[in-house]
Amino acid sequence: MDATNTLTNTLSPPPARTGRIRPGRRVADRALRLSCLVATVVGAVVLGSILLMLIVEGIRGFSPSLFTQPTPGPGSEGGGIANAILGSLVLTTIGIVVATPIGVMAGTFLAEYGRTSKLADVIRFLNDILLSAPSILIGLFVYTLMVRPMGTYSGWAGGVALAIIAIPVIVRTTEDMLRLVPGTLREAGAALGAPPSVVITSVTWRAASAGIVTGIILALARIAGETAPLLFTALNNNSWFSSNLMGGIANLPVMIYQFALSPYPNWQGLAWAGALLITGTILALSIIARLVINPRRSR
Amino acid sequence: MPALTQSVAVARPRPAIRKGPSKGLDATFRACAYGAALIVLLVLAGILGSIIYGGWPAFREFGFGFLTSSAWNIGTEQYGALVAVIGTVASAVLALLIGVPVSLGIAIFLTQLCPGWARRPVAMTIELLAAVPSIIYGMWGLFVFAPLFARFVQIPVSNLVEGMPILGTILYARVPSGVGVLTAGIILAIMIVPFIASIARDMLEQIPTVLRESAYGIGCTTWEVVRHVLVPQAAVSIIGAIMLGLGRALGETMAVTFVVGNANRLSASIFDPSSTIASRIANEFNEADGLQLNALMALGCILFVITFIVLIVARLLTRRVRAA
Repeated sequence: MDATNTLTNTLSPPPARTGRIRPGRRVADRALRLSCLVATVVGAVVLGSILLMLIVEGIRGFSPSLFTQPTPGPGSEGGGIANAILGSLVLTTIGIVVATPIGVMAGTFLAEYGRTSKLADVIRFLNDILLSAPSILIGLFVYTLMVRPMGTYSGWAGGVALAIIAIPVIVRTTEDMLRLVPGTLREAGAALGAPPSVVITSVTWRAASAGIVTGIILALARIAGETAPLLFTALNNNSWFSSNLMGGIANLPVMIYQFALSPYPNWQGLAWAGALLITGTILALSIIARLVINPRRSR
Repeated sequence: MPALTQSVAVARPRPAIRKGPSKGLDATFRACAYGAALIVLLVLAGILGSIIYGGWPAFREFGFGFLTSSAWNIGTEQYGALVAVIGTVASAVLALLIGVPVSLGIAIFLTQLCPGWARRPVAMTIELLAAVPSIIYGMWGLFVFAPLFARFVQIPVSNLVEGMPILGTILYARVPSGVGVLTAGIILAIMIVPFIASIARDMLEQIPTVLRESAYGIGCTTWEVVRHVLVPQAAVSIIGAIMLGLGRALGETMAVTFVVGNANRLSASIFDPSSTIASRIANEFNEADGLQLNALMALGCILFVITFIVLIVARLLTRRVRAA
């Protein structure tokens, strides 16, 4: 009797007492679902409120004179941020113009020439680290490299600092995009008798052009809002833009920093307007980058 | 049609002699690529070299005591890094404590629970928010968050814990102004959430669907799938993502400078204002000269060492996964 009972038990275990999930499992599952939902809602609400605040305050500080007048002196009324906008454009242009050739060529080296070399491995690794290095240290570096020897803050130094921040971004995307180009294309080019440089410029670069452009746009978005390195390099300037770029140049991020912490309400208004302008630009650039890299998926 | 093209092709033969590939041009191109790659190395070496060069007089003057001294007196030229280092580490750790659960929650929600139609817009919004410049977070922290935080958290909590043994020290605000280490930690957490969440989401999405489906197939609940399938699969890379977030939090300047309070005071309370390495450099560098400048550079050196160790570990962790 006992033996049969054991045997039947072994062969077919008794059915579960209930068809329901054990309470402990259900509670753990509910808790996870709820906490994930809460995390997402909290994240969305906080980040959304930041953007909302930015839009409300930015629009309040908006006026046509933003684009026509330079930054006002302490205690004076009105004023705009035209010189800061112009200065930011100049600095980012210098940054991207310096960074693009270096970044694209370095990325090309890593993807095309240095696939198997140890040096390329080291450079790839250090580039990844440079990608997330604190930007304030880059500011200190450029200060020592350019501002101190020249004896003055300058737009050139600011541009170089931004370029150093942009280079790793461009290197990384360029390499990733070139690696996506199938090897058969290169072989086909080489079989026609083209030397490596021709294969790279007219086959692989062309095949990866959308990706490389994306990298440059992302780098642009990254450096457009950088503040810390500009504090010690380009600093600020209340006057109108001058063409020699020496002695400091007004730019949006440093202007926002200084004006936001000032006691004057009109300066704070200008800071908010500048913040809205710069965030809008960066978000637009990021969206454009997505459209370039994958127009179908992003639609 | 093909016949026509053929006849055109035959009628107009390409010139027979073409220029051979120029050896010089090819070598130049290669050298340019090589040189550009070396610039990356040089820049990193330059960053390290310049701050060591700048900070050397301070290290020589104060020796090892620079790390353990909490003095920062411009009048008597006594400088020490302790307050700033503790402020940096404390705010970054607080940021991780707050930010990591939220980011992982968002990542799990997006990959496992979220209805299909909402997935793309929410994921895209989060990735876009990772691009918002940090100065915006700082402004929001100072003008919106700090007053609310002072009124609804600091004052009630301080009143509640006053006189209690340990809590009375950690959570007591002498001057409830809303700024302080905890505020900086919270703002940093808000900043790194989009960053960690989007990397963690990518990592979770890379896990083969088959694994997840088979777990659900044998009757696992979502919690069990997450705990026993997803977490073991993605653990290393998620830790890598968290370390990247930590690296960002340690070196963040603008967001912290607005809300940390910028006081050189060693305090046990996380409500009290303090300063971080980056915020101190940002605040004082332009007016500094002489030994103060060197001390700031030396602070930069310490920041370099801390962040680079964190970043190297992070990259090694994320890379090992990619290779496997």
